[in-house]
Amino acid sequence: MNKILFKRQLSQDVFMMRLKAPLIAEERSAGQFIILQIDDDYGERIPLTIADADTKEGSITIIFQVVGKTTLQLSRLNIGDQLPTLVGPLGKPTLIENFGTVVCVGGGIGSAPLHPIAQALKKAGNNVITIIGARTKDLIILEEEMKKIADEFILCTDDGSYGRKALVTEPLKEICQRDPKPNMVIAIGPPIMMKFCAETTRPFEVFTQVSLNTIMVDGTGMCGGCRVNVGNEIKFVCVDGPEFDGHKVDFNNMMARLNSYKDIERDKHSCFLEQEIKAKEMLQ
Amino acid sequence: MNPHSFEQLSNDAKKLIVDYLDRIDDMKARERTKIPAQEMPAQDPEVRTHNLDEVTLGYTMEQARIEAMRCLLCVKKNCVEDCPVKIDIPRFINHIAHSEFQDAADVIKEASLLPAICGRVCPQETQCQSNCTVGRALKDVDKSVAIGRLERFIADWERSTGKISVPEIKPETGKKVAIVGSGPAGLVVAADCRREGHHVTIFEAFHKLGGVLRYGIPEFRLPNDIIDKEIDVLRAMGVEIKTNFVVGRTRKLTDLIEKDGYHAIFVGTGAGLPIFLGIEGESLVGVFSANEYLTRANLMRAFERDKADTPIYKSKNVAVLGGGNVAMDSARMAKRLGAENVYVVYRRTEVEMPARKEEVAHAKEEGINFYFLQNAKRILGDDKGRVKAMECLRYQLGEPDVSGRRRPIAIPNSEFLLDVDTVIVAVGNGSNPLISQTTPQLNVNRTGNIIVDDTQKTSLDRIFAGGDIVLGAATVILAMGEGRRAAAAINKMLAEEIEKEKTVMN
Repeated sequence: MNKILFKRQLSQDVFMMRLKAPLIAEERSAGQFIILQIDDDYGERIPLTIADADTKEGSITIIFQVVGKTTLQLSRLNIGDQLPTLVGPLGKPTLIENFGTVVCVGGGIGSAPLHPIAQALKKAGNNVITIIGARTKDLIILEEEMKKIADEFILCTDDGSYGRKALVTEPLKEICQRDPKPNMVIAIGPPIMMKFCAETTRPFEVFTQVSLNTIMVDGTGMCGGCRVNVGNEIKFVCVDGPEFDGHKVDFNNMMARLNSYKDIERDKHSCFLEQEIKAKEMLQ
Repeated sequence: MNPHSFEQLSNDAKKLIVDYLDRIDDMKARERTKIPAQEMPAQDPEVRTHNLDEVTLGYTMEQARIEAMRCLLCVKKNCVEDCPVKIDIPRFINHIAHSEFQDAADVIKEASLLPAICGRVCPQETQCQSNCTVGRALKDVDKSVAIGRLERFIADWERSTGKISVPEIKPETGKKVAIVGSGPAGLVVAADCRREGHHVTIFEAFHKLGGVLRYGIPEFRLPNDIIDKEIDVLRAMGVEIKTNFVVGRTRKLTDLIEKDGYHAIFVGTGAGLPIFLGIEGESLVGVFSANEYLTRANLMRAFERDKADTPIYKSKNVAVLGGGNVAMDSARMAKRLGAENVYVVYRRTEVEMPARKEEVAHAKEEGINFYFLQNAKRILGDDKGRVKAMECLRYQLGEPDVSGRRRPIAIPNSEFLLDVDTVIVAVGNGSNPLISQTTPQLNVNRTGNIIVDDTQKTSLDRIFAGGDIVLGAATVILAMGEGRRAAAAINKMLAEEIEKEKTVMN
């Protein structure tokens, strides 16, 4: 059992929680994730990146967006509630070295996993340029935290409601055009955003690392549900990743695979909401 | 042929047994071989393809006794020799014939800890029943004494009495043993080491225990309740259990010794890394490893669509690639999940199929189609990246290969299309890389299996391994055999240490 120590709503659908998990806090490195379950018998296992850890408190921080039933239920839990299943840290840690100049691009909720990586890169002596972007102002998270780390900080929104009105690929392209060009790019966010970041940097031949969040069951290499095509090889995100060379990832296939259960989930999700509405009506 | 109904088999046995009861000990071998082999009662195929309940119902008491009377009580016990854990088979069977069920249970427990599981999932036809004198006399291995079914009968009988005995535990030694993985090998080591008085902790990556017994083997073959009961015995023995703990990640393997003070470790992490064929289209939506498909349905309960949050793919036409027990389980599960047509596509013939005969027979009864001498060439997708068909090639058998089985050879230009929306790949498992990735000093072979000596010890001090992580994908009973050997070596090592410590203190 893992207790919820702290909870804060970051934006309409985005929540931050600190969970008691002393062993995970001790072992985790930037880039790794956990899998959690809300119900031991019938719950589903969802992977979430570890945004931060505090070894003194023995806790880890997760940041998640409500996208389905499990994340909705998770968002409704409160301080003091317990999670029956929390396992990790999973995946390979990010390789942290002094690469020179690294551009860290975070899209929406992607800023959560990006933050510890940017932090570690800064600590290793890199010149860190950070671009964070979202559809609109309300969806921007971790602005202050990211600003603190960055040597250069760019914020943009698709609708121009905050910062520069642009997709993150625009400033990314400009930075790649500089002389000297950056040594590396790390892009984390929705698949479509990572795909276009990789397309943006490809002509400049700047190594672009992406962090993938695919459908998983066990998270230990056992099921292969998380597999992606990287180059001409099948890779498992849970044990070979989650980070891969963005220029080699077959994003189209990955996005199709992410939608494997969309129809079923939509049915289920609406079912669940309908039940909730009914329950409320009965109370009134 | 449809199986006979439970009522009929039960009534037949009740009538038949009267004939034998007063001469149990006097029957000649010839007479015994004439006793009809007892058919296993099973759920009607029409019914069972809509539920997850166990397919086979188990012998009735009369059936078990009649089947037991078929045993010739040979002096040279081929069956015992062929049993990986050396159960004294004729002795326990003789107790059944005499209706001494508790005695039978005690005999089995001298050698095997998990009879309810082994009685169900062991490949008896290639082990204890393969050289049975009765089967040989009748020139049909299927007519051998049904040792597995009798083992199961006794295990189920004992469970039904509600008083499963907890083995005696020796005084606490103060030594700590860590078991990594709660599959069949780990469970055996846990029990054997705990009996010697050592503190035992099982570390399991999943939220439920049992390893492949839970996530892999479906409930219609091995009900969860049976696994739970076996684990309850371990808990009652005082075995500590830590779920949601991935050794290698949550804690490094060697840290269990260096930081947490364990004196010995057993690694039984299994063969959990699905092999794909490397053909075109294998990443399309609708292609699953058997592990994923079965884990969703079994461990994550996706079979209960109304209750489970874990979704499972909606399929109409399913191709299962492979010919082992896992392929049978996948095919039969797909049928139960509502698929209209399920095809098992196997590149050799039925004779070479590694699946147990009984499973193949059950699959056929359930309407699974078998396409022999065929194999997938590529999988075709629609514009949304979903499976829409599978292109197959026909094969013929050539000369025997290293496995002794005749090598399948593709027939050129024999391609044809199979109309499927789902493909389940069940062609085997590689070794799970987690432990070797995070323990680089541990010696593994080219395929990633941990290298051990004949006591199951690895290249690292105090660390032992067994089961599929050593053997590659094998069977439950072989894993248990390895666990037993490892536990003996661990117990010996710790006993010697305790002895040494005593000498030093004196």
